[in-house]
Amino acid sequence: MIWNDEYETLPREALEALQLKRLRDLTDRVAATVPFYRRKLDQIGYKPGDIRTLADLQNLPFTGKDDLRDNYPFGMFAVPMERVVRIHASSGTTGKPTVVGYTRRDVDTWSELMARTLSCGGTTSKDIVHNAYGYGLFTGGLGAHYGAEKIGAAVIPMSGGNTKRQILIMKDFGSTILCCTPSYALNIAEVMTDEGVDPAALKLKCGLFGAEPWTEGMRREIERKLKINALDIYGLSEVIGPGVASECVEEKHGLHVFEDHFIAEIIDPASGRPLPFGEKGELVFTTLTKEAFPVLRYRTRDISRLIPTPCACGRTMMRMERISGRTDDMLIIRGVNVFPSQIEAVLMDIEGVEPHYQLIVSREGTLDVLEVQVEVNESVFTDEIKGLERLARRVEEDIKDLLTVSCKVRLVEPKTIQRSEGKAKRVIDNRKV
Amino acid sequence: MRVEQISIFLENKSGRLAEVTNILAKVGVNIRALSLADTTDFGVLRVIVDQNEAAKQALKSHGFTVGKTEVLAVAVPDRPGGLAKILGVLESGRINVEYMYAFVQRSGDNAIMIFRFDELDKAIQVLTGAGVRVLKGEELYAL
Repeated sequence: MIWNDEYETLPREALEALQLKRLRDLTDRVAATVPFYRRKLDQIGYKPGDIRTLADLQNLPFTGKDDLRDNYPFGMFAVPMERVVRIHASSGTTGKPTVVGYTRRDVDTWSELMARTLSCGGTTSKDIVHNAYGYGLFTGGLGAHYGAEKIGAAVIPMSGGNTKRQILIMKDFGSTILCCTPSYALNIAEVMTDEGVDPAALKLKCGLFGAEPWTEGMRREIERKLKINALDIYGLSEVIGPGVASECVEEKHGLHVFEDHFIAEIIDPASGRPLPFGEKGELVFTTLTKEAFPVLRYRTRDISRLIPTPCACGRTMMRMERISGRTDDMLIIRGVNVFPSQIEAVLMDIEGVEPHYQLIVSREGTLDVLEVQVEVNESVFTDEIKGLERLARRVEEDIKDLLTVSCKVRLVEPKTIQRSEGKAKRVIDNRKV
Repeated sequence: MRVEQISIFLENKSGRLAEVTNILAKVGVNIRALSLADTTDFGVLRVIVDQNEAAKQALKSHGFTVGKTEVLAVAVPDRPGGLAKILGVLESGRINVEYMYAFVQRSGDNAIMIFRFDELDKAIQVLTGAGVRVLKGEELYAL
């Protein structure tokens, strides 16, 4: 089911002509309105009209997460705050979050893109959308919400947590479309079994799952346990939120990038060189239509490849393969982005705690569990058990407060955490994803 | 009157306790009193030894996290009510006990109770004021 037939099935030449026009306008606009881009574009001697073909995109500078951090909070906005109607944020690499903004038209664009995404899964105005993505600063909840409303479906704004209640509501309200992280979907399936609820008795038909990487194996498991079609969706706040790309229910192989709004590139993460179609590398996006927070060649640090071949669904938009890894050390724990450096910042802040720490991530059943091992050195060691327990609780609370992720702190003896030459191995990820 | 107690942080792994006692044995340190406080993940071993510096150095050089705490060693009459009387004295003086542990010694008249207090000086005052015998460090190490 295609939401916007006119654009989603545009012939390639028309699509590329549209992209080129929008890219030219975008580049001129950011050069004039965003000091960061003005500097970067001056450095390469850019003048309005310099972009003549889509290949010229490769001459433009990249944007990275550090650039956003350096311009925290609103330095990258291309419009005055008066025109900003929504602000969202996601994890930054240190203490400060990554901040993004939207004008009214941006919110409409985003709703359109999420309507397309939900339509990829067959959602219509007759559906009841069960939205268990987190509502709040995270773009998942409100993103899916506005998309569902645009279609005219009845959206239930569940947010995350309270699984038993979620299942009760699914049963009683007759939810037909499920939106949540793939690991939460498995958690729902598990609790259903515990509660004696037969998924076949529910009205769920399809799920749109994203915000964390997942495998074909997990897809089969979700489909088998919940008796639904399970689709992968992709997005990131810096680009717009969810709604950048989505699998279609026809092929379930590769996610269609909504190319009238975004240009996707794959680059070699080490050199920045663009790679040909089919080669794996780092995904880079340029936002063609965003007003408040446009980005040029934003490096996602996600690893994928581009599949340009036509799709059975009829969409002419190129597909990206499901994400297979990261170029950095970012973790996704229960859908929340966590950088080890953020944990380091929390530990350093607590007086005397030397950041010899290690993160152990595992999956207990269906949910991610984070253990933070902290070495007890002399400056934090206290003779009283309650003093040590207080320290552990304090670290857990600070991490929960700042990163919104729950963890278990385990105090360990000094030197038990491996020292290494060069970059310390901070993370042990036991999940087989 | 203040007695130096060494505390050692131990993970709940088998062999840690044995390693501590081996290290102390190797440097000829004799343990006078010992107590182990535990949680699910870790424990704190408290020891009173006859050579504090040697013990600390040996343990640190083997990578243990070692702390030093001042405690009191109190002589408790070895008969029913002996301890109750002393705790009564502490309560009247509004002295809070953080933890305590006992150990036996050769002579039969008194047991020895190691106390950790929040307010050590006040505790010394209150106890000696009530006629309770508080041992000196040297007395304890030489037992």
